[in-house]
Amino acid sequence: MIEFLTQARWSPYAVGIGIGILSWLTFLISKRPLACSTTFARLSGLIEMLFRGARVDQKPYYQKVRLVIGWQMMLVLGIVIGSLLSALLSGDLQWQWVPPAWQSSFGDNPLLRGGVALLGGVIIAFGARWADGCTSGHGISGTLQLAVSSWISAICFFIGGILTAFLIFGLFA
Amino acid sequence: MQTNDPGNKRVLDAPTLIWGLIFGILFGFLLQKGGATKYDVIIGQLLLTDFTVLKIMLSAILTGMIGIHLMKSFGWVQLHPKAGSAGINIIGGLIFGVGFALLGYCPGTIAGAIGNGYLDAAVAGLAGILIGSALFAAAYPRLSQGILKKGDFGKLTLPQLFKVNDWVVVIPVAVLIFFLLFWLERAGL
Repeated sequence: MIEFLTQARWSPYAVGIGIGILSWLTFLISKRPLACSTTFARLSGLIEMLFRGARVDQKPYYQKVRLVIGWQMMLVLGIVIGSLLSALLSGDLQWQWVPPAWQSSFGDNPLLRGGVALLGGVIIAFGARWADGCTSGHGISGTLQLAVSSWISAICFFIGGILTAFLIFGLFA
Repeated sequence: MQTNDPGNKRVLDAPTLIWGLIFGILFGFLLQKGGATKYDVIIGQLLLTDFTVLKIMLSAILTGMIGIHLMKSFGWVQLHPKAGSAGINIIGGLIFGVGFALLGYCPGTIAGAIGNGYLDAAVAGLAGILIGSALFAAAYPRLSQGILKKGDFGKLTLPQLFKVNDWVVVIPVAVLIFFLLFWLERAGL
């Protein structure tokens, strides 16, 4: 019984079916789809609020995406905890600056990896806010509801991602 | 119908928060077990050498789609499709993709990557995501009056677009996903 919890990897189909069932439960119990990226917009606004006070609430974007600590922020916090639990159980917790696939193409300099991750983070967040969703909100939750906005977004995530990955690994690796 | 409107509260009620945390722990556990918290797995998908991410996503969509539409037909749940436009979803999606390939995590899996101990995610990636979110909030008033409105189609689902019963779309999409997964396995990907 306990052995499957300590395995480092499960079949991607078992994981996908599990996420699908999880989405039934979030719809049924919380009346919400699985989604993550708005949490980072709220965190960013709440951090700004520490310096500039409550007037940050008045920004037009935070009138649309209210700066609350709610269901989705706890969901994202839960992801950190759940992943940590899973990694601890299987002995897969690693303190790692440079991922192996990056290292074999671009070397082991943590500053280079950190710089590109920082730039990538800026762009992906800007894109997630622009597209109004990410790989979970559009890519899984929206597509399974057959939303037109989500199918277009999910396809564009992968078109942009595949082209960029081939470009950077083709030109610089 | 619950609208999930927070009202004027800064922190939502405890049951809402606790359910969010429980679902998050399960989601994070699954993502880590699937390998989706790892840069190598995500970049492998974008370089078309490792199809783990697509397999997880497609089997989640297949399972979720059938269950949600069954529950909808019983009147147990309502759909929450996001409104969209060509300007929002095509341009935003492509920008997202560029960041996706550079970062090698997405906003959900980066939370899992942090739990997995990956410091490029926890330090650099997270800082970038917070900065990018703030930049968008600053640009939003201008964007919302222009490009985000281009080609607006609102909250639209595929069955509404084709003016058919949900199952006329659900069943073919399910069959298509099933055969795509079958073909991926047959091709040894």
